[in-house]
Amino acid sequence: MPQSTSMRSLIPALLLSALTAPLLALQPQASTTTPPATPAKQSPKTSAHKQSDGERIFAQNCSRCHTAPDGFSPHISGTVVLHMRVRASLSQHDEQELLHFLNP
Amino acid sequence: MSSPVSSLFASIRRTAIVALAVATSLATQHATAQDTPLFSGGAGFLTSTNGGKTTYLPIIEPLLAAPIGNHVLIEGRAALVETFAPNSGNQPGYNHTHFIGLTYLQGDYIASPHLTVVGGDFLIPFGTYNERLSPVWINNLQDGPLIAGIGLMSSASGLGGELRGSVISRSKYSIDYTAYFSARSGNEQFNSERSTGGRASLYLPDSRLEVGVSYGRLLQGTQENFIGTHVWWEPKDTAFRLRSEYARGQHAQGYWAEADYRTQAFGGLDSWVGRFEPIFRMQQTFRIDNLASDGVSSHNTQRVDFGLDYNLPHNTRILTSYARQFSSTGNRNIWETGIVYRFLFPAWKGK
Repeated sequence: MPQSTSMRSLIPALLLSALTAPLLALQPQASTTTPPATPAKQSPKTSAHKQSDGERIFAQNCSRCHTAPDGFSPHISGTVVLHMRVRASLSQHDEQELLHFLNP
Repeated sequence: MSSPVSSLFASIRRTAIVALAVATSLATQHATAQDTPLFSGGAGFLTSTNGGKTTYLPIIEPLLAAPIGNHVLIEGRAALVETFAPNSGNQPGYNHTHFIGLTYLQGDYIASPHLTVVGGDFLIPFGTYNERLSPVWINNLQDGPLIAGIGLMSSASGLGGELRGSVISRSKYSIDYTAYFSARSGNEQFNSERSTGGRASLYLPDSRLEVGVSYGRLLQGTQENFIGTHVWWEPKDTAFRLRSEYARGQHAQGYWAEADYRTQAFGGLDSWVGRFEPIFRMQQTFRIDNLASDGVSSHNTQRVDFGLDYNLPHNTRILTSYARQFSSTGNRNIWETGIVYRFLFPAWKGK
């Protein structure tokens, strides 16, 4: 089918451009491990510091799928982490580090 | 309201009230300072213009998570959707339909550092879209992938048991797994097919690369196998994400690949420029034969999506996208816009 055929011929070019364009724009930048932008109540360490295990685990397991919530009550941090443990199949160690990161 | 809709609402109300009452009463007794049950989810207003006709879609997806002690979590998610669509034919005006239903309702028991036992109505763990990206407050684009139905056994949820957990987690790599068995159920809220399957993923933190494989087998009627694989890559020190999946059933196959990016070059992710999030997704489906059992289009289809989201403060996102879809049944333009608010708060004031 002409349209289908022409579309298929476009696909490699589109895929290539889609994958390379953002990479060309990428430059190693300071820290991307967006700690959960948690104002006021729940405030992980946001100042310049060596990345903690908890922060790394947050970046690798939580923010890979979704943007960090703007903030949440410390009363639910344990529930959030337990929920993430099940959803992201976190290990027990990762769960504890993440909880410590959210409740320093 | 028609009687089937009334009975549907009544059934959901009964199920939700019982589940909520049991979970909250138990959680009340065990809740500690950090373990207060939570309400989360998303509320949005979406529009989709397809072939010149615009549909309006207010939606709420609430999620409840209630821990009971340190090892048990009761969680569930529902969807409440009202659809306002143009009347068919050349008739003026709009009609509207409701949908309200449980997406999943499950109990999780953390049996060991490597094993969580799940029972109830759970999301089928095939590929990544169903479990990770389908919530309205997470997905970058309104529409799911064209192959989203492959491996999900029509209902996208199973009624039975699931084992999942982390096999091993090291600084250089981690492996996780999920395996499930679902019984057949005709209950309107817990509809499921008799099936089994699972998923295994390898994650390499240094390169931020995840690869995984999925398998599913339908165990009723004409038994069928489904296989899938996914690759996710998020280069270190960037806000670029590449996600892709391939899935194959006995009657159709296809793939999707999605890339999104937020720049930090102009004041970080929280600057007005950094809040923009361009998205590109391409996908193709290929029908192997005309026996449709997977929700995939009956004709080979190609589609490209160009999206531009804006991440406002206070957990709010604006979603916009344009898609061009090519198929032998006709090509079409799809314009979509929406605004989604994510909420997350304790079910009650903690101790």
